Amino acid sequence: MEANIAELEAEFERKIANDEKIEPKDWMPEKYRKTHIRQISQHAHSEIVGMLPEGNWITRAPSLRRKVALLAKVQDEAGHGLYLYSACETLGISREELYDQLHSGEAKYSSIFNYPTVTWADMGAIGWLVDGAAIINQVPLTATSYGPYARAMVRVCKEESFHQRQGFEIMLTLCNGTPEQKAMAQDALNRWWWPSMMMLGPTDAESVHTEQSMKWKLKRKTNDELRQQFVDQTVPQADLLGLTIPDPDLKWNEDRKSYDYGDMDWEEFWQVVKGHGPCNKVRMDARRNAWDKGKWVRDAAMAYAEKQDKLETA
Amino acid sequence: MKNWPLWEVFVRSKNGLEHRHCGSLHASDATMALENARDVYTRRMEGVSIWVVPSSAITASNPDNNGEFFEPAKDKAYRHPTFYELPEELKHM
Ligand SMILES: [Fe+2]
Ligand SMILES: [Fe+2]
Repeated sequence: MEANIAELEAEFERKIANDEKIEPKDWMPEKYRKTHIRQISQHAHSEIVGMLPEGNWITRAPSLRRKVALLAKVQDEAGHGLYLYSACETLGISREELYDQLHSGEAKYSSIFNYPTVTWADMGAIGWLVDGAAIINQVPLTATSYGPYARAMVRVCKEESFHQRQGFEIMLTLCNGTPEQKAMAQDALNRWWWPSMMMLGPTDAESVHTEQSMKWKLKRKTNDELRQQFVDQTVPQADLLGLTIPDPDLKWNEDRKSYDYGDMDWEEFWQVVKGHGPCNKVRMDARRNAWDKGKWVRDAAMAYAEKQDKLETA
Repeated sequence: MKNWPLWEVFVRSKNGLEHRHCGSLHASDATMALENARDVYTRRMEGVSIWVVPSSAITASNPDNNGEFFEPAKDKAYRHPTFYELPEELKHM
């Protein structure tokens, strides 16, 4: 039996090294399964909770064009959550367990969604920055080793680019508008910049999962590499909008051919992760409420299905 | 009350192509599974036909037994065209 495990492990390592995918029924180390359940579910929860800050503005979108776009974007995020839950369930955990973990606070979701969306410009800033950072995070995952996760990410990434473009267009319109509208765009950038930067995860020195995750191709670039990519990509976009990124230390480094940037407030980051952000409670209440108040609907649908089944077999 | 069962979703992206598995979802019955599959997997015209199958109805081979299971095909090189040695001049066959 011992030798058998060693053989299975060797076969698993060989597949990973050769860039072959691991599929649901393949043997995998318990730690691989657990880590994937944690990461994929955390990702799914983020998509689902991520609908809430934007859902806040659907009824107050300034035009029908903006409204249908925002609605479609939020619906996409629901879809992303479902692709990912479906991938996660192939690892032998049920949807109910996954929801329980979210609703009990045992599972985490991206901290960025614990910030409030106080003006319409936040819809622009979220699409531009938050979806922008998400894309940077997600593109390498299309090549991750777990087949169902990689396939879900291909689908997600195809849909993300519209999210970022609609956000940038909102910012652009505001920046070409009245001074008040432009100030609103700048204010949104001021509030979303640092949370978006920190969304790419703790610095490499602090990151506990990086090494193992690199090996399993759950990560292909370190958090700091992703963050640098985000900064280098976003600065010219802010210039185009005529907005100022709220970082006095931000400057072009000719040697590195990249932007240097200032220190982040990790104290705040961890406070929000631990549940003390401005909206943690509102978000969780909204989720639990939806689940609890939807129970009678789920039960009624199931009761109806069972009754129809009986009628058919009778 | 029982949880909604799991369904596997297969989508034909256009006529002429086969249905391909694209994921799964939960639904109380087949009608709801089809409608949910449409909303989850074909929001951008990705399909012209959808199949939903209760996941519990699928019998799958076990990859742990792949060795024995697929063994019969392994040593039958004569099933491939390259097995046959023909003269170079015979370009297209
Ligand atoms: Fe998403
Ligand atoms: Fe998105």
